[in-house]
Amino acid sequence: MNANTELSLSRRALLQSSGALVIAFSLADAGEALAQAGAAAGKPPLLPTELDSWLAIAPDGAVTVFFGKIDGGQGTDLAMAQIVADELDVPIKSVSVVQGDTARTVNQGGASGSTGVRFAGSALRIAGAEARRVLLARAAEKLGVTPDRLTVSDGVVSVAGDAAKKISYAGLIGGGFFHSEIGWNKQYGNPLALTAPAKPKTPDQYKIVGTSPARLDVPGKVFGTAPWVQDIRVDGMLHGRMIRPAVAGASIVSVDESSIADIPGARVVRKADFIGVVAPREWDAIKASQKLRVSWSQTPDPFPDQAQLYDYIRKSPVTKRDATEQGSVDAAFANAAKVIEADYEWPFQSHASMGPACALADVRADGVTVWTGTQKPHFAAQGVAGVLGVPVEKVHAIWVTGPGSYGRNDAGDAAMDAAVLSQAVSAPVRVQYMRYEGHGWDPKAPASVHHARAALDKDGNVLAIDFVSRGFSRIETNSTEADPGDTLAGMLLGHKGARTPAFNLPENGYIFANKRLGWECVAALLPGPSPLRTSHMRDPLGPQITFANESFIDEIAYAVGADPVEFRLKYLKEPRDRAAIQAVAEKAGWKPGRAGARRVRRGDIVSGRGIAYAQRGGTIVAIIADAEVNTRTGALRIPRVTVAHDCGLIINPDALRRVVECNVVQGLSRSIHEEVQFDRKNVRSIDWLTYPIVDITEAPPVIDVVLLNHPEAIATGAGEASTRPMAAAVNNAIFEATGTRIRRAPLTPGRIRASTV
Amino acid sequence: MAEKFALKVNGAVHNIEADPDMPLLYALRDDLQLSNPHFGCGLSQCGACTVHLDGVATRSCVTPLAKVGNREVTTLAGLGTPEKPHPLQTAYVEEQVPQCGYCLNGWIMTAAAFLKTTKRPSEAQIRQALTGLKCRCGTHTAIVRAVQRAADKMA
Repeated sequence: MNANTELSLSRRALLQSSGALVIAFSLADAGEALAQAGAAAGKPPLLPTELDSWLAIAPDGAVTVFFGKIDGGQGTDLAMAQIVADELDVPIKSVSVVQGDTARTVNQGGASGSTGVRFAGSALRIAGAEARRVLLARAAEKLGVTPDRLTVSDGVVSVAGDAAKKISYAGLIGGGFFHSEIGWNKQYGNPLALTAPAKPKTPDQYKIVGTSPARLDVPGKVFGTAPWVQDIRVDGMLHGRMIRPAVAGASIVSVDESSIADIPGARVVRKADFIGVVAPREWDAIKASQKLRVSWSQTPDPFPDQAQLYDYIRKSPVTKRDATEQGSVDAAFANAAKVIEADYEWPFQSHASMGPACALADVRADGVTVWTGTQKPHFAAQGVAGVLGVPVEKVHAIWVTGPGSYGRNDAGDAAMDAAVLSQAVSAPVRVQYMRYEGHGWDPKAPASVHHARAALDKDGNVLAIDFVSRGFSRIETNSTEADPGDTLAGMLLGHKGARTPAFNLPENGYIFANKRLGWECVAALLPGPSPLRTSHMRDPLGPQITFANESFIDEIAYAVGADPVEFRLKYLKEPRDRAAIQAVAEKAGWKPGRAGARRVRRGDIVSGRGIAYAQRGGTIVAIIADAEVNTRTGALRIPRVTVAHDCGLIINPDALRRVVECNVVQGLSRSIHEEVQFDRKNVRSIDWLTYPIVDITEAPPVIDVVLLNHPEAIATGAGEASTRPMAAAVNNAIFEATGTRIRRAPLTPGRIRASTV
Repeated sequence: MAEKFALKVNGAVHNIEADPDMPLLYALRDDLQLSNPHFGCGLSQCGACTVHLDGVATRSCVTPLAKVGNREVTTLAGLGTPEKPHPLQTAYVEEQVPQCGYCLNGWIMTAAAFLKTTKRPSEAQIRQALTGLKCRCGTHTAIVRAVQRAADKMA
């Protein structure tokens, strides 16, 4: 029996049991298990060119889709099921999805850039259509007709006009394999695309896409019958905890192993500056990690004062820059009747996932198994292979849902730590990070400053826009952990990582005759295994850039006495951009009026509303936030948020609404609360008291979501886009309420009060 | 030093041997293999580890075994099952509440204790009863809807 079979059997058994969640099974031979994993007898090898790599039909007609990304709870797996069900003409209830298991799914890039539906969905649509074509050809042969005379309903193929002549998919292939080739573009990861003779359905033929079946993962989560990665256990497993230095960048001078001698079975694993402890009991591992005496090197203070962060960014040398220019920006500024400019600042933010990361690794001479909550298990397998020095074919990564999935969080580091510990002690090791690591040592969303200028003519028309962002790279730690140098363990063991400088430009549809958009990267504060290393976090750089860009659009509107909605419409020409702005304004009941003139005062409370808009990879979002500010305390309340959301073709409207709601609330949290605190020695945001997030008493009572469906357009993704304009919408609403512009996030009561006094 | 404890959990008695300082959370997860209470912070800040002790919502990550005594421990699985769901679980499925779902245990266990004593709560009462619990994915508005839905059914 192989690992996968055992795991899924255990899950099934657990679904019927009382909620005991331990996935207990033994791997008699991990190597053998790996070789057999997912390989039912006769199944072709897991290659993109095999149709069997993409879907399977069981003897009872149940369809399994093999999804090479993962769903972190937004319903992407359900979207895959809906797409394939439509192409095959089978009921949605008969479709299940296997995801994130490197032995059973092709590398489609993991969860990445809101591309699940756009890229993986497109590939699986082709696979579904091709499977239907192959099955119909076989049915035609059996039924003695040509394929064009066949129809399919609920997985049963019948002859049009002669319903007695029929055969089910189960009868055609149930439990067997297609052994049929499919074309591909020879690119693993996000860009992976399939080609086939089959012609997928057109949107007018969709019956399941566009409807809202219930999510596949919800019951298992609500009854606690499905495991999170934290719940996976194997026989003989040890519990691991990592030791982090008190001063970032310090090296180990000495370790006093006698300091944990009284803890049963506790052992130290040290390699260079990688250090952790293992013990048979979890509580003992925790105690050992707290009691172990480690002396660390004296090291120069790695960080500037936090109060100097933005000046530091401004003064640091640029490591890489990029810009686009249309028209003659400098000439336009030279001829301007008026120039306005502003600087905006955004802090480091933490994924701060709900539970600190956990991973379980079983490193054996003949193969490695890793259970991980990373978004990109195929790349994690590559990283584990790299850090252990084993061929990647020997590493089997199994994704199990983890806490929070907003990009490159701490999950990618935990998998590597577990692998190194397991290899060192020759036993399976489960590493569970502590809370201080989840906040203090996860890769951070970059801090940045943004400089915006506008040249206006005497009539208030915009002659030119000049916008440049400067900050830490969004992939100083890469968003995949394929290179061990992009993980804490890898860096501590001497891997370097590419440390690519990269930032982004604003994405929007504004037409200005003269426009320059640019970015500049500065070097990391501390290269290597730093608690302020930067990487992707839900909508990488979107909130930062849009906070600046869309706050500034309102500043221009205010300067020229325009209505913020009308002002945007004046410079937006694309119908879908305009439609999103108009839809949100209509839904919110926006009353036209000069920017800054919408304030209502009741006692100490002033209220206003603000709009912001952005594109993200083709998805268009416009948000109107209503704000109430207590001018005495600076307290902010957001009673209502209205969203217009256009992501092209909508697969599942109800699931999409939930995604948008969550993004609005998480986006609000980042707008008003979140700022990683640090001093000259280390990060000081190490728990929920030192890194507050939004509370249920603050979540907007009303979130109105207008979904703009475009079946004729590609589905461009919704996982992140509605996070993007939140901070600017809230900031513009605060300005309307108070008449004072804040240019530094988060928009805390202290900053609001300071701006109004 | 390890001591013997008899824990009453979801109607059954379990005998374990553990450090009296060890939080109940680890006994449930590691010794009894009841993984519904989650490790979120270990600091009583987030609620993911919540269980009921004699019906009172309690953070098991800071409750030493020595302090549990004879009290009856109830976990999410003891609250309801797919066959016999608690109204909150039904409402959570109907409202499709969770995203990652890791925090869900704390919200349901806390709301279940609250709804036992408060019938027909207002939205403001629901929010006040659940304040301090953490959800990182931002499902708060769906949580409020689900608790209201369950409260309506239980009234």
